[in-house]
Amino acid sequence: MKKGSVGLAALGLLVVWQIMAMLLNLHILPTTVKVLGVLFSEMGKDLPEHLLASLWRVTASMLLSVALAAPAGILIGQSDRLNRIFSPIIYLLYPIPKVVFVPIIFLFLGIGDIAKIVLIFLILFFQIIVLVRDQAAAIQPQLILSLRSLGAGRRALYRFVYLPASLPAILTALRQSVGTAVAVLYIAELFATQKGLGYYIYFNGSTLLNYPAMYAGVIMMSLLGLGLYFSVDWLEKWLCPWLYAK
Amino acid sequence: MLQVEQLWFSYPHGKPIFQGFDWKVKRGETWSILGSSGCGKTTLLYLLAGLRQPTSGRVLIDGQLLIRPRPQTGLILQDYGLLPWATVRHNASLGLMVRDFYGSDGTHAPVRKEHVLGTDYWLERLGINSLTDKYPSQISGGQRQRVAIARTLAVQPDVLLMDEPFSSLDAATREDLQSLVSGLCVEHGITMIIVTHSIEEAALLGQNILLLNDPPNNAPSIFSNTQAGEPEYESSSAYQDICQRLREKMGVQ
Repeated sequence: MKKGSVGLAALGLLVVWQIMAMLLNLHILPTTVKVLGVLFSEMGKDLPEHLLASLWRVTASMLLSVALAAPAGILIGQSDRLNRIFSPIIYLLYPIPKVVFVPIIFLFLGIGDIAKIVLIFLILFFQIIVLVRDQAAAIQPQLILSLRSLGAGRRALYRFVYLPASLPAILTALRQSVGTAVAVLYIAELFATQKGLGYYIYFNGSTLLNYPAMYAGVIMMSLLGLGLYFSVDWLEKWLCPWLYAK
Repeated sequence: MLQVEQLWFSYPHGKPIFQGFDWKVKRGETWSILGSSGCGKTTLLYLLAGLRQPTSGRVLIDGQLLIRPRPQTGLILQDYGLLPWATVRHNASLGLMVRDFYGSDGTHAPVRKEHVLGTDYWLERLGINSLTDKYPSQISGGQRQRVAIARTLAVQPDVLLMDEPFSSLDAATREDLQSLVSGLCVEHGITMIIVTHSIEEAALLGQNILLLNDPPNNAPSIFSNTQAGEPEYESSSAYQDICQRLREKMGVQ
């Protein structure tokens, strides 16, 4: 996706919002211009602190899930035996909406950052493990035979075949999960915290009734999701150049 | 150099493919293994490569029992087996990278670190040195097979095993690569064994031809074809004659 067209689409949406707000003239729907003004002034106050808290939680969850789910997916995908053992478990757990575990996670892990990170991690973990497992299982047998005939044992196969072959799957899983991760981040930050964009949005919208600030938080959360999405895109271009070779 | 002794092999729940099969290959010989689909020619090649193990009997190379792939044996497959995420140079260096990865452990790489000609030499020799930064998806089938050949020859094998390496290439590229590979094998004293279903290719490349029949195979059916590899062999009467004999033996019109 070209950055120019994304920028143009964003501008179009902001214009539509501005027109709608002017037409409806409601207290709960301030104009784009007003919200953007508040957003810039809030950036000089405590909004960056909330943004950083959210960014840390979602980034830590992403890194943790890649670190654990990618090797697990590769291991399961390249071994029929492990696949037979673990796939039914994944099959059972994957479709469960992990948000329902919020109270349980808070009960077991307390109300700090760890619980919030684990909640997002649970969602990403299953997305990544499923895609990486399928990718590792789909590697052409000829590729493995070629490498084995060159002397490669299990360790070299992981290094030269399974890991690079799984990179696109890891990044695709991350890209697909970014939206969900940010949505769950919002829910996680509604509980037992005073830092984070989720808290900022909820507090301004429900307690202070400061709707322009609430919308500023919504924009910032959208930018967080967009930034993560673009980062994954950039990582893919950097780590998987062969996907873009023409 | 290469001995197959009392080889028995069958796939799980399958009928035997080899039953007490014996076969010998001397150093520097060129062999074609010919047969119709399902006769076990690829299975035999994988057994020689150490990628499969006999049900009973044994495969020896230089008197050593083969229990796993041997670092000095090269294998080239029909669909090249190139890593899609690696450039031509990276793919061609792969065998040497695997050796560096393990060090000279005698299992994955030869104990004695031999002088090798290097990837650049083979890339140039195979005429693909201008493609070093391309990915496999960016080059033609013939060029991909050249990369696979460069990768295999870069590890300086003494045995080269090939499984229908030219069958998916167009006629001109196929002829070009056939003469290039057989020339390089002679030049470097490499024992070459090529599996093919093409009678013409078997006759053109193998100074000896092993014909496999419908399984189970118990005794080798060998044809001597000593003039293979000589210039203009393809238009000689000896070539026509061996092709005709093979056709008759295989029951092909």
